[in-house]
Amino acid sequence: MASTASPAPTAARSLDARTAGQRLVNQWLANIHTARERGQPVAYIFVMGNAIEILRAFGFELVFPEINSLQTGVRKAAPDFLAKAEDFGFSPDVCSYVKADVGLMLSDLQHPSGTRMPKPDLAIASSMCNVYIKWAEIWERHFGTPAFVLDIPGKRFAAWQPIPGTPQYEADKRWVQGQLADLVARCEQITGTKFDPDRLAEVEASVNEMIRLWVEILQLNQRRPAPYNSMLDGLTYIGVLNAWRGTPEGVEYMRLLRDEVAGKVARGEGRVANERFRLIFSGTPCYVNLRRMVELFETYGGVFAASDYLTYAAGGLDSSGLFYDPSRPLESLAEVTTRASQLGLSNHFFSHHTLAQQVKDYAADGIVYHGIKSCRTVATSMADNREYVTKRYGLPTLYIESDLIDPRYWSDAQIKNRVDAFFEVLEQRRLVEGGA
Amino acid sequence: MPIETETSLSDILARCHALTHTDQIPPDEAAAESAIGYFPVYFPEEIVHAAGLRPHALLGGGNRIEVRYADARIGSFVCSICRSTTELGLNGSLKGLGGFFAQPICDAAKHMAGIWGRNFPEQNPQLLALPQNVNSPAAARYVYDEYQRLRAVLAEKIGRNISDEAIRASVRVYNENRRLQRALYAIKRDDPARLSTVETYLLVRAGTRMRREQHNALLRDALRLLAERRVRPLDKPRVVFVGGFCEQPPLEMIETIEDVCFIVDDDLLIGQRWLTEDVPEEGDPVWALAESYVERSASSPVQYDARKPKEDVLLRMLSAARAEAAIIAAAKFCEPGLDDQLALSHHLDAEKVPYLVLEFEEKMTSFEQMAMQVETFAESLLFD
Ligand code: SF4
Ligand code: SF4
Repeated sequence: MASTASPAPTAARSLDARTAGQRLVNQWLANIHTARERGQPVAYIFVMGNAIEILRAFGFELVFPEINSLQTGVRKAAPDFLAKAEDFGFSPDVCSYVKADVGLMLSDLQHPSGTRMPKPDLAIASSMCNVYIKWAEIWERHFGTPAFVLDIPGKRFAAWQPIPGTPQYEADKRWVQGQLADLVARCEQITGTKFDPDRLAEVEASVNEMIRLWVEILQLNQRRPAPYNSMLDGLTYIGVLNAWRGTPEGVEYMRLLRDEVAGKVARGEGRVANERFRLIFSGTPCYVNLRRMVELFETYGGVFAASDYLTYAAGGLDSSGLFYDPSRPLESLAEVTTRASQLGLSNHFFSHHTLAQQVKDYAADGIVYHGIKSCRTVATSMADNREYVTKRYGLPTLYIESDLIDPRYWSDAQIKNRVDAFFEVLEQRRLVEGGA
Repeated sequence: MPIETETSLSDILARCHALTHTDQIPPDEAAAESAIGYFPVYFPEEIVHAAGLRPHALLGGGNRIEVRYADARIGSFVCSICRSTTELGLNGSLKGLGGFFAQPICDAAKHMAGIWGRNFPEQNPQLLALPQNVNSPAAARYVYDEYQRLRAVLAEKIGRNISDEAIRASVRVYNENRRLQRALYAIKRDDPARLSTVETYLLVRAGTRMRREQHNALLRDALRLLAERRVRPLDKPRVVFVGGFCEQPPLEMIETIEDVCFIVDDDLLIGQRWLTEDVPEEGDPVWALAESYVERSASSPVQYDARKPKEDVLLRMLSAARAEAAIIAAAKFCEPGLDDQLALSHHLDAEKVPYLVLEFEEKMTSFEQMAMQVETFAESLLFD
């Protein structure tokens, strides 16, 4: 589909990562805007479990409704969109991303970024969040686009290990591979083009390189001081990672970013001028108050060195050893998709040990849980998880609650009080440890 | 003998009613150890039954438990059934359960496996990963593999293999149970004055607290007595009730509706009759169960199936039950239920079918306001 392929931006080599990332995001939005007139097919997909590799091989333009929704928050436009969905009848208890997207549909797909979102030719909803599936049913009703539900079996319990070669692993892989074959057939039907395994292999090779660099970038934040804040800079990184996954532009961006972050580490430059506390963030961000949230912690010299969000919102491929084997592209996609789900994506439900491990790896002082009222995928049992981690590992933890994009749930004074109290505990501990 | 009939039926129903409030595992340790708890909606009970164990459907705490521990462990924005089930775990009511399974029906339910894993690891808690995609040619094989995994987990527990023959025998028991349940629902549909929905619900729910053979005997008795029951003709609007697929609406809520309407079909305890036809009794019994799950099963807001758009399912239900209206309920904080409630109500608007929207919680204790809503609705149906 060479004539309809997305235009690529000019080389980013001489730019800094921030400008390069911004350019890529703008280019991506521009490509989405013009996809229809260029005759390019459009797929709606989610960040967790999406088979982007196949879609790229067929030349789809990718729309991430979750990113559209979070952008309504970042651009302070969420209340209007949420109100439209609630007026339409959606309960306040429904995921606010879904509601923002419904608001967008009811606004003739005119997104506050200036992009007119195209309708989907294909919509893939994975089972990594069940709301994805309900969301895709809304698209079925609104656009008449049938959903493609990709069921990816996750962990069955915390200690579950997908071990290649075992009958259990083969069963799960066979199931995913069967569905990927269905997806290929659906893509052939929509685009009228034949599946090209070589093209899939090329995309996979690019993903491998991006993930290799991404893992390095994540590990660089194990250094003290941490060169970036996972819940601020990190969010920009994964935005680009998602939108350009499996492309040469994506690889180039990740390389630039890795070099830049490595440079900071070499120079001893930290994100926070005087880093005093290193923290793990568990949960999703509050996009309407992103800077404020980070500021509350950075004032105390606290930096989010790592976050499980940077794993699951980036596709879950950063667990070690998850690379494609482009010599057998479809089978390898099934393997990596299954393992990424079981090692990285279905962790919300069983994350207690993983979080404790992150605390060790990043030499962190504690965990901050951010519960989201309308996101049951991430937040249902956070309080229980926190109780377990506190008791079992003796780690200091903080629980705060707001929403991804609904500003009505941000209570500044209350959150600040809790953060202040948390740092008091951390300071106390430091004193005791220092004196011991 | 109508009076004796009525007395015998009342006895059966009173027994069922008492069981509804027995969410605790029987105090005797052996009975607890052989109970395999499972969270809604559906579970392949036959495999548990064939192992000589007792499937124990976890149906929440109803409106009679006080939540003391669970509030500190689970988000305030999570449905009641998750909260009260966690409470039943933490307050010791489910102590000694011989196993715990949740399924990926929704995001909150998936967390139940995590909560159980952290708090009651001795119950070997886990997810039975039933698929959300039942439209792929590969689906039945996957369900088969997952059922075989379940079979292996249970075999390890009892220390011996579970034979095909044992599973086939269980399939036969459950096929009879499905037939009996279908017979109950047929009476409710064709002669609703003879059998109310509360009664049907109690009779079906009793099956989750006894061995299936016993339940079959109970249902056979009930059906025999129902045929003899003396019935006064009543004129009430015929409605279908949906929204009870997971969290259980309080009995009083169903009674409130039945005071003024006949509920001629519903999705209450839909998991108990999820397989809509007999499961083949020949061949590989695990395959028969898996294939039935994919090919001949019911519908709910927590199962995607491209062959069964939810709106079509509801319209078919209405027409098959000759109902003139629908009551579309949803449990508070139940995202899948709330999403479907909206979609269905918009569709019924377009189809000009009258409906009433209700939100409930299993822990509700006051029904006055709901009674007023339902009465007004029923009157509008009678006089429009
Ligand atoms: S429920 Fe949570 S994970 Fe799922 S779509 Fe909404 S915000 Fe995302
Ligand atoms: S009531 Fe709804 S939200 Fe709660 S467990 Fe059941 S399906 Fe999930």
